[in-house]
Amino acid sequence: MNTSDSPSPQRRFNTRLGLFLFLVYLTLYTGFVLINAFAADKMETIVLAGLNLAIVYGFGLIVFALVLALIYGLMCRRDPAEDVATEEAASAQGDSK
Amino acid sequence: MIYDPAPLAIFIFLGFVFGTVGLSFYLGRKAKSSEGYFAAHGQIPWAVNGVAFAGDYLSAASFLGICGMIAAYGYDGFLYSIGFLAGWIVALFVIAEPMKRLGKFTFADALDAKFNSRGIKGAAGISTLVVSIFYLIPQMVGAGSLIQPLLGLPHWVGVVMVGVVVIMIVVTAGMVSTTWVQFLKGSLLVIFSTVLVVMLLQKGLTTDTSSFETIGPLSEQELKQKTIEGREVIPPTGGWLSTAGKEQEFIRFVPKDGRAGYDIFHIDDVPGSDEKLLRQAQSVTGSGASKLIDGAPNGRESGERELQPIGHLSKLPGGETSTGPLGPISFFTTIGDSEVILWGNTTITNPEGPKTTVYYQKPTAGKRVLRPGEHPKFAGIRGESFGDRLNFLSLMLALFCGTASLPHILIRYYTVKDGAAARKSTIVGIATIGFFYVLTLYLGLGAMTSGALDLTDTNMSAPLLANSIRPWLFAVISAIAFTTVLGTVSGLILASSGAVAHDLLIGVLGIKLSGEAQVKVAKLAAVVVGGIAIILGVLFKELNVGYLVGWAFSVAASANLPALVMLLFWKKTTKEGIIASVLVGMVSSLGWILLSADTYKSVYGLDPNDAIAPFSQPGIITIPLAFITLIVFSLYYGNKRDESASEASA
Repeated sequence: MNTSDSPSPQRRFNTRLGLFLFLVYLTLYTGFVLINAFAADKMETIVLAGLNLAIVYGFGLIVFALVLALIYGLMCRRDPAEDVATEEAASAQGDSK
Repeated sequence: MIYDPAPLAIFIFLGFVFGTVGLSFYLGRKAKSSEGYFAAHGQIPWAVNGVAFAGDYLSAASFLGICGMIAAYGYDGFLYSIGFLAGWIVALFVIAEPMKRLGKFTFADALDAKFNSRGIKGAAGISTLVVSIFYLIPQMVGAGSLIQPLLGLPHWVGVVMVGVVVIMIVVTAGMVSTTWVQFLKGSLLVIFSTVLVVMLLQKGLTTDTSSFETIGPLSEQELKQKTIEGREVIPPTGGWLSTAGKEQEFIRFVPKDGRAGYDIFHIDDVPGSDEKLLRQAQSVTGSGASKLIDGAPNGRESGERELQPIGHLSKLPGGETSTGPLGPISFFTTIGDSEVILWGNTTITNPEGPKTTVYYQKPTAGKRVLRPGEHPKFAGIRGESFGDRLNFLSLMLALFCGTASLPHILIRYYTVKDGAAARKSTIVGIATIGFFYVLTLYLGLGAMTSGALDLTDTNMSAPLLANSIRPWLFAVISAIAFTTVLGTVSGLILASSGAVAHDLLIGVLGIKLSGEAQVKVAKLAAVVVGGIAIILGVLFKELNVGYLVGWAFSVAASANLPALVMLLFWKKTTKEGIIASVLVGMVSSLGWILLSADTYKSVYGLDPNDAIAPFSQPGIITIPLAFITLIVFSLYYGNKRDESASEASA
């Protein structure tokens, strides 16, 4: 377990990217929940291809979660500290066998 | 409803169960060490782990509960799908990598990584146990309801079967076999749900106007006669005269063809006139072996009656009777322009004899089932009360925060080799789970219009939809649903056994155990927790499956998430803060639930108006409460330590 107090720049980048994407999604989710709670009638408005806002926004939230997840997966940087730790673990396991 | 066990169904079902257990024995040969038992040596490929996330997560609540809720009331059940998926965003962006970096076997490891405190291990171990057991009950109940129609066995047999099979899986192999079972189940569930949705769209929608009778329209005068359209009216007495101060709602007739019991009809208004329409209803009196259906004993012999399957459209757009194949969008737009028959129910109390529940048809515009607010639990968002809106916000918050704090999901981060693999497997998990949740809306609405539903058990909607399309599909879907339960339950039991052996015995009591002895203790704990789950599953048989899962999410989100998040993002967090936050979050959310109107009504059978908690979902109060507790305790003890440190140096 690597619990050093000074995270590598890569890890700091990943953490910040994660928090940013999290806030983006949180905003959209909060919007959805608030419309449901305080203006439920708006959800009946037909917005796209004959579908109402409830279905479009709901499906949108699911699809968007995946899109953000993929963006995160592609943009994340590899943590060198972790690579070292993994190699150490692998070699330790090799020794014990 | 009375179900006929089909030989093919039993065959496919047993094939699944033996296949799963066999695989588990085969994989279990290697898992002797504690690393193998708790974390599968961290050697599970990330793609497999990702699908296994889906296997862990898509429990009976997702598959049976959500589809059932959508089938009964429309869109509202889908709100759970959205909230359940949104929770994964918290898991991926905030929790995944630190969990992997800090921990080894259990959730308590991660919380305790900086402090090495017995108190933290104890508090986190107990909260893991509490959340897991809460989550276990609905899974076991769901298993029982599945076995009933499939094999024609009583409910408790199903519960015991799941318990025994799962204990075998967990005891033989731990995390390795559990993971592969999850992987198998996750992929099968998604593949066959897709098949089911494709077949559903191919079949399209049809109207049904013949399953239930309609009489009228009748004038007020005609309604008061002793015979209506040649049928003899049974004079109303007791509770049948008026219900809760309302006018007489139902009319009962002597059956025409000399059948037992009565024919019952609901009196409906005809819009824009004084006339009334009689729509056929169904009634259930009493419960258990002495249950009466429409006044006659439950059965298929002469002199007996059974509940008829429900769920149909009464009108399609343009007066059509059948649409033919539909596309994924036209499926929704067609339902939106149709009229659906939903079913309401009223309880009739008579001075003598048991209560009667009458289920009656409610013709509903298709538009209304495609928007939120039709389910009684969600109807508040269209009402006046602010408390109801808070309740809704609270539920959506608990779903959002709950996922990332469920112990059986968290331990899955220890089965892959590093943070990058944890990240990738979460993304695969989100893709699989998200795709499945999109399908739930089709499955639920498909079931709503399938003409095959069981009035008294909405949990069976998805399998019954399959049955209305192809009987073999029913067998496959039920078998998958059953393995769904097996998979989730084994994950939960594994998480609990880890909490007992690793956190409580070794961490708190300080008992020193070798790796192998640790595994033995964990297996023993698995047997005990499994036993408890079996007993609770039998006791809580009447409860809705989706209901308790909501509790588990609230407790998990209140007890675990604040501590986890603050540990990661606030440097001043102390061990006292973490312990207090976990305990306060757990106790306050549990207490709130036990004192809420929902629990009063469905668990204690008390008047919900007497409940102490102002609304049912605790999250919106207890999650912030746990955060505040952590901050207050951390600051207090942090300052104290600083003072004593400065005194010592002076």
